[in-house]
Amino acid sequence: MPIITIKDLSFSYAGATRQSLRNVSLEVEEGEFVIVTGPSGCGKTTLCRCLNGLVPNFYAGELTGEILVCGLDVRQHPTSELSRHVGLVFQNPENQLFSLTVERDVAFGPENLGLSREETRERVEWAMKVTGIENLRDRAPYELSGGQQQRVALASVLAMKPEVMVLDEPTSFLDPRSSLEILNVIAKLNEELRMTVILVEHRLDLATRHCDRIVVLDRGTVVLDGPPEKVYGAQAHLIGIGVPKVTLLFHLLKRDGLKIDKIPVTVEEAEGELRRLLAN
Amino acid sequence: MITVRNVRYVYPNGNEVLRDISLQIEDGDFVAIMGENGAGKTTLIKTFNGLLKPTAGTVLVDGVETRKTSVAALARSVGLVFQNPDHQLFCETVKDEVAYSLRNFGYPPDVIERRVRGILETLDLTPYADLSPFMLSGGERKRVALASVLVSNPKHIVLDEPTIGQDYQQKDRLRNFIVQLNTQQKTVVVVTHDVEFVAECRPRVVLLSKGRIIADGKAETILANEALTEKASLLRPQISLLFSSIAGLPRDVIDVFSAKAVIDKTIGRLKQCR
Repeated sequence: MPIITIKDLSFSYAGATRQSLRNVSLEVEEGEFVIVTGPSGCGKTTLCRCLNGLVPNFYAGELTGEILVCGLDVRQHPTSELSRHVGLVFQNPENQLFSLTVERDVAFGPENLGLSREETRERVEWAMKVTGIENLRDRAPYELSGGQQQRVALASVLAMKPEVMVLDEPTSFLDPRSSLEILNVIAKLNEELRMTVILVEHRLDLATRHCDRIVVLDRGTVVLDGPPEKVYGAQAHLIGIGVPKVTLLFHLLKRDGLKIDKIPVTVEEAEGELRRLLAN
Repeated sequence: MITVRNVRYVYPNGNEVLRDISLQIEDGDFVAIMGENGAGKTTLIKTFNGLLKPTAGTVLVDGVETRKTSVAALARSVGLVFQNPDHQLFCETVKDEVAYSLRNFGYPPDVIERRVRGILETLDLTPYADLSPFMLSGGERKRVALASVLVSNPKHIVLDEPTIGQDYQQKDRLRNFIVQLNTQQKTVVVVTHDVEFVAECRPRVVLLSKGRIIADGKAETILANEALTEKASLLRPQISLLFSSIAGLPRDVIDVFSAKAVIDKTIGRLKQCR
C-alpha cells in the first residue's frame, strides 16, 4: 500500500479567489524520493501543508478530495498526531524555530513524542551531528544566519525520525557546497532508513541524482510525473522548470539535428554522451 | 559609484565579519557578490545603504560618506532588497506595499499609480495587486519585496539572493530586467549562491571568503576555477564541470549557449577533417 495517497484533492485558502490545488491525485510508495517542482506559486507549498494536516487544520479553506498519509486521513487526525509520522521542514526556517537555544529546539519534537531522556538525548545529538550544527547548540536560533537556521530546522524535524520527510526548499539559504552536503544527508536517510522523501526544489541540478521521480505542478495541477529522464522533456522547459543545464544543452543539440541516444540528466551522464559525440 | 575603503566590521558580540575590504563599483556595473555562508556578503551590502556603519574604514556612495548621512537620505539612491521577504513586507495589499516608498518620498498620486502599475507588470505581479502579500507564495513574496524597492527607481540597486524561490521563467525576466537597468547606467549588485544564474548573466564576480575578497573578475574566469570555488564553498556550473572533464575543450565556458556554440564548431571541424 502506498504511504501517501492523494485522490482528487482541491483546495482554496479562505478568502482566496483562485484554487491553490486543483484535482491533484498522487501516490507515493514507502521509501520513494520524490522531487516536487513547478513555477513559483503553483501550489508546491500548499501540497506540503496538506501532508501533515496544516492544511486545512491550521490554514483554513475549502478542501475536497482525500489525503491519506501512513494510513491516516489528515482531516480526521490533528497535526500533533500526524507529526509522529510526517516531518515538515518549512520554506522559511524562522516560522519553525522558537526556543532560546538550538539544542532545545531540536529536543522539542522528541520530548513531545514522550520519549525517554536517554533516547531524546541520543536523537538530539544524532540530528545535530548529521546536520553539522553541534557547534551551534547553545546559540539562539533567531541570531543565526538563514543557512544555519535551515540546518537547525532540518535537525529539529529529523530528531523525530518521521517515516515521511517533507522538505520545502530546505537549502535555499545555503551555499552550493552546503546544499549538496544537506541533500546528501537526506539521500542517505532515504537509503539507509527507507525514509520517504518529498522534496520541493527549484534547483534541480543538485537534487536530480538522488530522486526516483519528479512531480511537476503547474497552476495547482500535476502536469508531469515520472523519472527525471522522462520529465525533463521539451515541455518541462516551456512551463518554466529549470531543468539541469547539461540536460538543456543536449536538448538544444538534439533539436538542431545531432543524434543523441539518451538525454543526460547528470553531469556524469553528459560527459559520457559528449565523449561519444566527439568520437563519432 | 560605491567606494569601499579598507572596511572592517565587527558585530557587538566580537565577531569580525569583514576584514579589510576595498572595492570600487562604478555606475552601470553589474556585480555578483558570492561566497560561503557567513563569508560577510550580507554584512557588506548593509554598509552600502548605511544600515551598518563600518567599525573601521569608509564607504562612500556617490562621494558621500555613509557615516555622515542618514539611512533615510541614502534610501533615495540605494535600494536594498533583503534576503527574506518577510523581513520587509508589512502592508495589507501588494499595491500598498509597492507604493509605500513613493508615498514617503511625497510623489503625487498619479505618478505613484503609474509607477506601481509598471513595476507590477514587469515582475509578473499584476494579478496579485489587491491581495495581501501574506496570501502569496514564497517566490511571489520575494518578487513583491523586489518591486517595493525597484519602484522608487534608485540609482544603486542591491539585491540579496534575488533568485530564491524563482522558477526558470522568473529568473529570465529578472535577468532581462537587470540588463535593462544596467543600460540606464544603474548599478546592480546581487548577493547570490546561484552559480547557474551567474553563469548565464556573466556579471563581474566579487568572491568573498571569511571576510576578505579572494577574487574579483569575470564570471567565466572565477566560476571555472576549481580552487577558488572550493574555497568559497561554491560549486562550478554544470557546463564548466562538463567541459573540464574532456580534454581539448576550452576551460572558460560556463553557460549552455556558449557551450553549444563550441560543440557545434568542434563537430563541424571534425566532419570537415573526414
